[in-house]
Amino acid sequence: MLSRVADSIYWLNRYVERAENVSRFVEVNLNLLLDSPEGMTQQWQPIVLTTGDLPLFQQRYGEATAENVLRFLTFDAEYPSSIFSCLCRARENARSVREIISSEMWQQVNAFYLMVTEAAEHLRATDTAALFHFFEEVKQASHLFAGIMDATMSHNEGWHFGQIGRLLERADKTARILDVKYFILLPSVRDVGTTLDELQWIALLKSASAYEMYRKRGMHRISPQSVADFLILDGEFPRSIRFCIIEAERSLHKITGTPLGSWRATVERTLGRLRADLDYITIDEIIQFGMHEFLDDLQTRMNNVGEKIFETFFALESVIEMAS
Amino acid sequence: MQFHDYDTEGFYDELFSAKGEPRPEAAPLIERLNSLSLEDIQRRHKAAQIALFKLGVTFNVYSDNQGTERILPFDIMPRIVAASEWAILEQGLKQRISALNLFLSDIYSDQKILADGVIPAELVFSASGYLKPCLGLKPPAGIWCHITGTDLVRDQDGCWYVLEDNLRCPSGVSYVLENRRVMKSTFPLVFNNMKIQPVEEYPSHLLETLLNLAPANMLDPTVVVLTPGIFNSAYFEHSFLAQQMGVELVEGRDLVVADGFLQMRTTKGLQRIDVIYRRIDDTFIDPLVFRPDSLLGIPGLMEVYRAGRVAIANALGTGVADDKVIYAYVPQMIRYYLDQEPILNNVPTYLCWEPEQQQYVLDHLDQLVVKSADESGGYGMLVGPKATQAERDDFSDRIRTHPRQYIAQPTLSLSRVPTLVDDHFEGRHVDLRPYILYGKDIYVNPGGLTRVALRKGSLVVNSSQGGGSKDTWVVSS
Repeated sequence: MLSRVADSIYWLNRYVERAENVSRFVEVNLNLLLDSPEGMTQQWQPIVLTTGDLPLFQQRYGEATAENVLRFLTFDAEYPSSIFSCLCRARENARSVREIISSEMWQQVNAFYLMVTEAAEHLRATDTAALFHFFEEVKQASHLFAGIMDATMSHNEGWHFGQIGRLLERADKTARILDVKYFILLPSVRDVGTTLDELQWIALLKSASAYEMYRKRGMHRISPQSVADFLILDGEFPRSIRFCIIEAERSLHKITGTPLGSWRATVERTLGRLRADLDYITIDEIIQFGMHEFLDDLQTRMNNVGEKIFETFFALESVIEMAS
Repeated sequence: MQFHDYDTEGFYDELFSAKGEPRPEAAPLIERLNSLSLEDIQRRHKAAQIALFKLGVTFNVYSDNQGTERILPFDIMPRIVAASEWAILEQGLKQRISALNLFLSDIYSDQKILADGVIPAELVFSASGYLKPCLGLKPPAGIWCHITGTDLVRDQDGCWYVLEDNLRCPSGVSYVLENRRVMKSTFPLVFNNMKIQPVEEYPSHLLETLLNLAPANMLDPTVVVLTPGIFNSAYFEHSFLAQQMGVELVEGRDLVVADGFLQMRTTKGLQRIDVIYRRIDDTFIDPLVFRPDSLLGIPGLMEVYRAGRVAIANALGTGVADDKVIYAYVPQMIRYYLDQEPILNNVPTYLCWEPEQQQYVLDHLDQLVVKSADESGGYGMLVGPKATQAERDDFSDRIRTHPRQYIAQPTLSLSRVPTLVDDHFEGRHVDLRPYILYGKDIYVNPGGLTRVALRKGSLVVNSSQGGGSKDTWVVSS
């Protein structure tokens, strides 16, 4: 498979997944605010913090009002991770590999893009009801894309690159949102265990579509520790970090042909080691280590995997050097 | 919706022989349309446009700085060609391509046609598409023009003429295939009731044509489509054809010359390429030999090509026959190489490098269409009857200064096809571009792309200048 093509399929999936996750963050925050007690200041800054782009936001918009944040995250054409920008990039990537992906995938990305551009033109950032509907549509469109890709594209090398892109993106976003909750929404000890606190944890689970599955797994009570356990270490829930890493590793080894549990390329070692750490660590150890520190470290390591994938498979220069 | 009021207004109409009287091949369609309400037709028209947009059948507009894509406006009224008439066009096109191929072979080797004085040598050597580095080139099986999209027009008197040959990288065939797909869902009943020749075989024939270029003993040759990239106006088509054939779509930056072969950069290292269907102009293909500023090409490709280690379709150097001065000599080529009379006529062409003809052109600028010899797409031309005096004076100067650069032709009154305009049908001028593949045999895809000038009275059908497209039906009665 052409390096450029693999790169495009990888990013196509990352961008679609990113758009979905931005929707999740924002939707859940909108929900949360409706439940907040009167007189409590609206919490929009943490959402921006989740993206890691707070400085850019402050420079462009200043105050983190609902309207500013919504505009920034959904329709800002100059912010590269807004839903609108994600779809533009996803589509550009899809367009450059149209002959590789299935026609159905292309049609879905194109329809998704047209839906978002249409909304960008007509939707007002103050129309909450319409926004709810829009975020729901974005999530659905992203799921539809993943489903169509699963059902219409051969599970070949390109498909596995797409999987890796989607899974790394998803793991990264789950880590970020958990980090924000721990770091920001839990500022004072006296809030712990209050109704508001529980509502926030429920909101967090919901933002990862994890609420129902969490309850079903037998951990009926909502406690910060078990929510974190579920979202980081669960081996069956498809948005938990460990699940994503296990599946990404599986796809990587499908691409390289190296048996699981061994490695030839550095990227296999980097990802395998990360997966093994997640396999054997406990939530108690994580909390002892420090949740924020742990998640921070995890993100650095996942970024490292992304870079290694680029170097191993996509970087054209290294291939030329090999040739000459 | 009733057509008995439809007026041909004195033009040759492809669907109607006179006011309200459909030609026999078109009658079943018109009958069907007569049974539909206007709203129904408009709804189907709209649905067809939306289907094309959703499929992403788009082209980019160079001048549009937003880089937006548009769909080629599509009209649901098809253009119909009777199968008996098509048989003649098909023969004529095969004859023409055979002669052009022999011409290309000849001028890059022995140049007999020049030695015999049939075409003045300086005209060939001064053509911008004539490429000296191609001298002595021996493409596989002696085939140069593998893919051709010849532009045909029909004049008021009902006669067909060849307008251009397009031997480099003719585009538009993806519209033929996608328009047909959409038309089938627009008028399924009509397709049931009429014998319309299918066009869907094109990608298989194209792949066959390309595989034919690989060395005979090679088991599994690698064929690629080479595109300038996502911003090219025909990018959709490049990707569509690669997809339909199941081959890689590559850009120049994916390719490298290594170990004496052309190779592509893959996730598993370099992989050898055997056949390129290039959708890049000749002079962009190798910056070491042609334009050094080309970022689209592959340094060193020409050397690999000359060594016969990669095949390219169309062969480099074919652009010489797209020069409109050379075009004027195609009838002579047919007589010279095939010893036959041309089945299809050229549009009568005045060559401005010849003093007598130049004088005639200058005296009749208000009646003629003047074209630059090496431009296409409706650019660099003067439509005399519609031009201002200042524009005509400008062309007079240009013709006198660069006589080799210009030809002139009478203003043809192109045939028309009924076209939906808001709430009724009006005649609009059309041309026809059939696609011809030269592999083991010559194959002509039945029909081709009908381009239509959507502006009332306009004769310019180019997509960049307000043109649209129609499905083309070759119909057996």
